[in-house]
Amino acid sequence: MFGKLTLADIPFDQPIIIGAGGFMGLVVLAVLGAITYFKKWGYIYHEWLTSVDHKKIGAMYIMVALVMLLRGFSDAIMMRTQQAMAHDGLPGYLPPHHYDQIFTAHGTIMIFFMAMPFMIGLMNIAVPLQIGARDVAFPFLNSFSFWLTFVGAILVNVSLVIGEFGQTGWLAYPPLSELKFSPGVGVDYYIWSLQLTGLGTLLTGINFFVTIVKMRAPGMTWMRMPIFTWTIFCTAILIMAAFPILTVTFGMLSLDRYLGMHFFTNELGGNQMMYVNLIWAWGHPEVYILILPAFGVFSEVTPTFSQKRLFGYKAMVLATVAITFLSFVVWLHHFFTMGAGANVNAFFGITTMLISIPTGVKIFNWLFTMYKGRIQFTSMMWWTVGFMITFVIGGMTGVMLAIPGSDWVLHNSLFLIAHFHNVIIGGVLFGYMAGLTYWFPKAFGFKLNEKWGNASFWFWLVGFYVAFMPLYALGFMGMTRRMNHYDNPDWTPYLQVAALGALLVLCGILSTVIQLVVSIRNRNLPEYQDVTGDPWNGRTLEWSTSSPPPFYNFAIIPEVHELDAFNEVKKRGHEARAVPTYSDIHMPRNTPAGFAMALLAGVMGFALIWHIWWLVALMFVSIIGTFIVRSCNDDIDYYVPAEEVARIEGLHRARVASLEMTHVA
Amino acid sequence: MSPDSMTVDHAGHGGTHDDHEPNTVFGFWLYLMTDCILFATIFAGFAVGRHQYAGNVTGKDIFDLKYVGAETALLLISSVTYGFAMINTYQQKMGGLLAWLGVTFLLGAGFVGMEINEFHHLVAEGHGPDKSAFLSAFFTLVGTHGLHVTCGLVWMLVLMVQLTVLRKPLTQAYVHRLMCLSLFWHFLDIVWICVFTLVYLMGVQ
Amino acid sequence: MRMKRWPGKRAPGLGGVMATLAMLPLAGCKYSILDPKGSVGLQEKNLILISTLAMLLIIVPVIIMTVVIAWRYRASNEKARFEPDWGHSVKIELFCWGIPSVIILFLAVLTWNTTHALDPYRPLADGKKPITIEVVAQDWKWMFIYPEQGIATINEVAFPEGTPVDFRITSDSVMNAFFIPELGSMIYAMAGMTTQINLIADQQGTFPGMSAMYSGRGFSDMRFNAIATTPEKFQAWVENARKSPAVLTAADYPKVAAPEEKAPVRYFSKVEPDLFQQIIAKYLGKAVSFNSGMKE
Repeated sequence: MFGKLTLADIPFDQPIIIGAGGFMGLVVLAVLGAITYFKKWGYIYHEWLTSVDHKKIGAMYIMVALVMLLRGFSDAIMMRTQQAMAHDGLPGYLPPHHYDQIFTAHGTIMIFFMAMPFMIGLMNIAVPLQIGARDVAFPFLNSFSFWLTFVGAILVNVSLVIGEFGQTGWLAYPPLSELKFSPGVGVDYYIWSLQLTGLGTLLTGINFFVTIVKMRAPGMTWMRMPIFTWTIFCTAILIMAAFPILTVTFGMLSLDRYLGMHFFTNELGGNQMMYVNLIWAWGHPEVYILILPAFGVFSEVTPTFSQKRLFGYKAMVLATVAITFLSFVVWLHHFFTMGAGANVNAFFGITTMLISIPTGVKIFNWLFTMYKGRIQFTSMMWWTVGFMITFVIGGMTGVMLAIPGSDWVLHNSLFLIAHFHNVIIGGVLFGYMAGLTYWFPKAFGFKLNEKWGNASFWFWLVGFYVAFMPLYALGFMGMTRRMNHYDNPDWTPYLQVAALGALLVLCGILSTVIQLVVSIRNRNLPEYQDVTGDPWNGRTLEWSTSSPPPFYNFAIIPEVHELDAFNEVKKRGHEARAVPTYSDIHMPRNTPAGFAMALLAGVMGFALIWHIWWLVALMFVSIIGTFIVRSCNDDIDYYVPAEEVARIEGLHRARVASLEMTHVA
Repeated sequence: MSPDSMTVDHAGHGGTHDDHEPNTVFGFWLYLMTDCILFATIFAGFAVGRHQYAGNVTGKDIFDLKYVGAETALLLISSVTYGFAMINTYQQKMGGLLAWLGVTFLLGAGFVGMEINEFHHLVAEGHGPDKSAFLSAFFTLVGTHGLHVTCGLVWMLVLMVQLTVLRKPLTQAYVHRLMCLSLFWHFLDIVWICVFTLVYLMGVQ
Repeated sequence: MRMKRWPGKRAPGLGGVMATLAMLPLAGCKYSILDPKGSVGLQEKNLILISTLAMLLIIVPVIIMTVVIAWRYRASNEKARFEPDWGHSVKIELFCWGIPSVIILFLAVLTWNTTHALDPYRPLADGKKPITIEVVAQDWKWMFIYPEQGIATINEVAFPEGTPVDFRITSDSVMNAFFIPELGSMIYAMAGMTTQINLIADQQGTFPGMSAMYSGRGFSDMRFNAIATTPEKFQAWVENARKSPAVLTAADYPKVAAPEEKAPVRYFSKVEPDLFQQIIAKYLGKAVSFNSGMKE
């Protein structure tokens, strides 16, 4: 009836797990209770669960990302504590079975359920507004994508309490991840949660590619596109090219595990090297899927707060495109230690280094954007400057790892760990935090508190250096990654310092939480309010509409004549204040179908993990059924009448005018 | 997920022109490109495993070219009949459209049936996918294609039901769905030609 | 040497860590990668230092420029020039593309040469006849087979100093990486395949070795000692192993290879001939060999 699932699969004997699980359960119950108490179910259902509005979907992505950041960080600080404690024959407080799950979950969560949703959230909020569109190309698909990511994240968290997560490392190399060596459900949780979110990401890639190609405002030629949109365009290409490989790779691994096939087994002709090649053929582009949008954010933030045009726009575009293509010919640098021939290793080493040329160009371009500017040091600008200094160090250590001769002694060491945290924290995370602060007023109509934003930055910056510089040193001392305990006393002090760094990062995360709470509480104060829709004196189209934008984004689709379209408009002076004539606006209707299908898919994933075959079949049929029912519904869109548009725009104008009045007064 | 995810969205929202219908077809075409990479990856897996017989059968032992040739013929002809269905679509001839869709459906179903029969025989004779890396790769590659064809058949059936039982008029939205299915169907033909060549023809040598 | 505590047991603060980093090349004994005991490791250390220095040539100026520009063009500095519409300069663009390209060109040549010179498969041009040692990664221990001496050990390997060692490596379980940090390069151990690595110890000593690829719950204790010693002492070590009552036959092998955590050092006075080949062959079935498939 319940497949492999029994009560014994809930680890009641593990106080840490049950405590964490119980706490999460209580939080969920509290939230559900609060919704019921305040009678908000209708609001949640109509405004969020069924919404196809890209701005709301983007906000939900970022909420998932922030929650999963807390989860992933808990794993991180547990690892740091364990390694600080488990020296000289001491076992620490986490036995290998638990510790191995933690580092696997940490990597998986941070990449798939923190960084990816954060990035997709930012692009959902910003891209349609930047290109002057009313929504994405396929709004229903967008909702489906989000909910797939959501249920994937739920599955990962369910694994904490029911059963176990993988104990294989975040890429689940076979044969370790094969049934013979990992007979539990951990790897199955890993596979199915990632398959669900992976499908969501793939659909998002297609969606945004079409959106950017087909729905740009009139006059916005390719070379008038904001850089953030360019980076998302390249990201969409990378997603479309890389994620099918991930799907197939996990598909083959699950065929090995479920049907006894031999793609990656030791026996009967399986080839583990094929998995390693395939997973990195996805994995390396994935790195650029994460970093390119961060580069895009910096390319928006730097000119805005330097109050100056971006230096070298064309070079920036060229560099972005170059990185996109190069990212597909470097994957082998993740396993120079596999025994490939010298020519092969040298080739992939050199292609890897080539990427640092366009990346270097980007750094220089931001530098020269600041040059001869008037830099306003908002928290976003701090994140950017912090990034530029930190990222070049990460780039340098990356090139060191790209030289096979150095990699042969540094591979899998803590030096590698320090390197990729250097670029992922110092690049990806700093970028996304800047992007969150930058577009937050656009999405919600009020700014985030700067004091706590700056506090967050400094804690993260110092915390990063304190936590990871010792890891670089440990790499040179021959410490390899994923050790549960060790007995080299030379390492201990470094690991203790690293744990201290993790505490500082914790303060950074708490600062962000406080920042959100403070800002939300004070949202109606004038210094938080963004009445004009243009709080930073921005240069691109998203700042030309109100904050938050009306659900149709633009009452009248803007016409673009230049790069930095909105800046040009402001330079020419706003158009005459005459009330424009509006026309009816064509919009998609909300639908519960995306939410429902993703939820069913999540249950199906759970059933697959536990081999509850009847439930798998039931859910599969239900998903197809829901989809067919949805496809029979022709009433999926409607027109907003011109009068309604005029009314909403009138309200906005009145609000801006009243603000100007108070300013005068 | 089923490949027709895109068709529902008839994507006419936002932007300046009300006529955004081509988004659907363009988006679907992009989906096919990602599907192409999916198949390419499986082909790569097959290339790695194609000689790893592990003491079990080789392609020469199990492939019956006549049988597979008949299968291939069914699928290729179904592409032609789908073409006729599309001609009728453009001429807004509902009767012809449904008739040709029906023929296409039967041919496709015949193809899937023959494939299931082939798989069944192999498993019954002890050459299941768990017996060697070659058999794993073979079943996965051919099976993935078969699964795609099955999805196409379900989609075709749904469209036929919508156009007959539900009496949906042949609006632009439905024309675009039929166009997407057409792209899908021809795409599967191309993939099958690769499968036929690389798996069967090169496998019996 | 390795067991010395960090000075005064004091946890280093941020400044301390930075200072330590700056002194890395000097900080001798703890930094096994930077204080290698064999020629392979030495070349790799030099490669790391040269490439780092080459990159610092550009990294340090960029960091300084970032700080200086950010400070000079802060909004409150009204004296600095402000050109809001300036966004293009061919000279600067050439600089932006040129400088990184030059550094990368240098590093590319360096990479090509060192990757070939340090190829783990390449026999060390030393003139001396190498000693062959077969290595089997098991759950979670290392087995060493000496085909020339006819002995085998668990979790301890010895060889004479100054003699090239030709390690032949496979796995009887999941993927692992064979790594002796003080001697240089590591390489993966994979079932059904042989990888190879040529190393040399130029001084005597006991060097810790490990698996550098996570392999499951016993991974942290999957360690061994590599003893480089004089030829005479090595001979004595071999004789000592030959006195062990345990022998390793194909029949006993599964018992010896069974999963085990914190496995103690063990010696086998005799070992089945071609045990190593048998361990590889059992994964190949009757399939075509893809032994060391990626080697040219």
